[in-house]
Amino acid sequence: MDDASDRLAAAETALATALQGVVGRLYGAGAQIKALQRLSGGAMQELWAFDVPTGDGVRELILRRSPGGVAKRQVPGTGMEMEARVLRLAVAAGVPAPRVEYAMTPSDGLGSAYIMERIPGETLAPRILRGPEYAQARTRLAFQLGAAAAKIHRIDVDAAGDLNRATPAESVASAYERYRALGMDRPVFEWAFRWFRDHIPSADFKPSVVHGDLRTGNIIVGPEGLRSVLDWEATHVGDPMEDLAWLCIPPWRFGELDKPAGGVGTREELFAGYEAESGQKVDPERVRFWEAFGSLRWGLATALMARDFQAGDRSVERAAIGRRTSENEIDLLAILAPEGRAHA
Amino acid sequence: MREQPTAVELLDIVAEFLRAEVLPALSGRTAFHTRVAANVLDMVRREVALGPGALVGEAERLRSLLGSDGDVADLNHELCERIAGGDVDLFDADLLDHLWKTTIDTVAIDQPKYATYRRATAGEPGDA
Repeated sequence: MDDASDRLAAAETALATALQGVVGRLYGAGAQIKALQRLSGGAMQELWAFDVPTGDGVRELILRRSPGGVAKRQVPGTGMEMEARVLRLAVAAGVPAPRVEYAMTPSDGLGSAYIMERIPGETLAPRILRGPEYAQARTRLAFQLGAAAAKIHRIDVDAAGDLNRATPAESVASAYERYRALGMDRPVFEWAFRWFRDHIPSADFKPSVVHGDLRTGNIIVGPEGLRSVLDWEATHVGDPMEDLAWLCIPPWRFGELDKPAGGVGTREELFAGYEAESGQKVDPERVRFWEAFGSLRWGLATALMARDFQAGDRSVERAAIGRRTSENEIDLLAILAPEGRAHA
Repeated sequence: MREQPTAVELLDIVAEFLRAEVLPALSGRTAFHTRVAANVLDMVRREVALGPGALVGEAERLRSLLGSDGDVADLNHELCERIAGGDVDLFDADLLDHLWKTTIDTVAIDQPKYATYRRATAGEPGDA
């Protein structure tokens, strides 16, 4: 073994030892961790699956943890502690989401992390979108996602505590600052930013807990339909229509262009699910604003990866993703200026 | 210089080699990154083949749109300033025509399989 794999093995042993301590305190001194393994999902956070056999059956669990137990950027209103807090409120509000078993404290020795139940099912978008075993699920998934979003937006904002908040105008302004900081002249981005500034949605909405990354890829699906909403790291307080719109941005359709709701259904089905659960009418123009803005946000994220790569964060994958900004630019034009294509 | 095989042919064969011979011998993370690496070579091959023509078209449109001269980087900077400063009508037909054409040419290099691109170029010469 080389040094790197030695270090990795030592870190894994330390993690297993600390986790065993926590599990003993949670489920009784005799409870033992079985089948601990690192999962490949979770680009930003560590994910570990493990089992704990107890008197009344095997508990199937997930440990979600900041890389090495240390949050990469200490941003107020984000992090594992926030996720665990919001997840508990989400489950209480009826959102299909994993039950939090335990949020780590510093004395547990695992850093910033929490344990939640492991829900079986499919997360890979191509299988959910095209697998024959999910044909039944696809007939109701868009409706169910709309209903799940409505339940998320029922979470009590005050109980959710310290979350990031932004008005639509502030979201546009801070995205523009991030764009300018990149030092890239991108006319389509400048064009879109001006459009956004001219079309800021009215402040006439109830600031709500917004999941922030609700999309195919961040949900668990079974043959019968939606089982769980995952990845609560972008949760913030904002316009609830953001969630419906983000789910519809073209990258999350994974090629199923005519099924805007996450590549599985129509906007009408999504909105019907939302309206049935919330009793609130969806304003499609508002969703369109956030959908275009979502394309821009994702484009900015890929442009940031290009800069990170050039600044020395070298990987083939990062370099390749850095070249995907133009996909979001064509989406922006297709959403906001489809008529311009008639002349091109 | 026009040495043979051409850059396009070299990039093509290396990507083919990675996919046909290297990839089957790999697994997991390395296999994934090898697939990404082959895709990157395809992107570079398309840029070598299509980039120069796209750049000429972009520069011509920018000059006519702005009525000024300079290299593409300077012209793009100027266009961004004019858009941000509100000096141009957002829905000016020539502006939209330029943004669409430039974006289409860029995606043709970066990711021609992207669904929005395929839809926008359906029925055109080179439609795959």
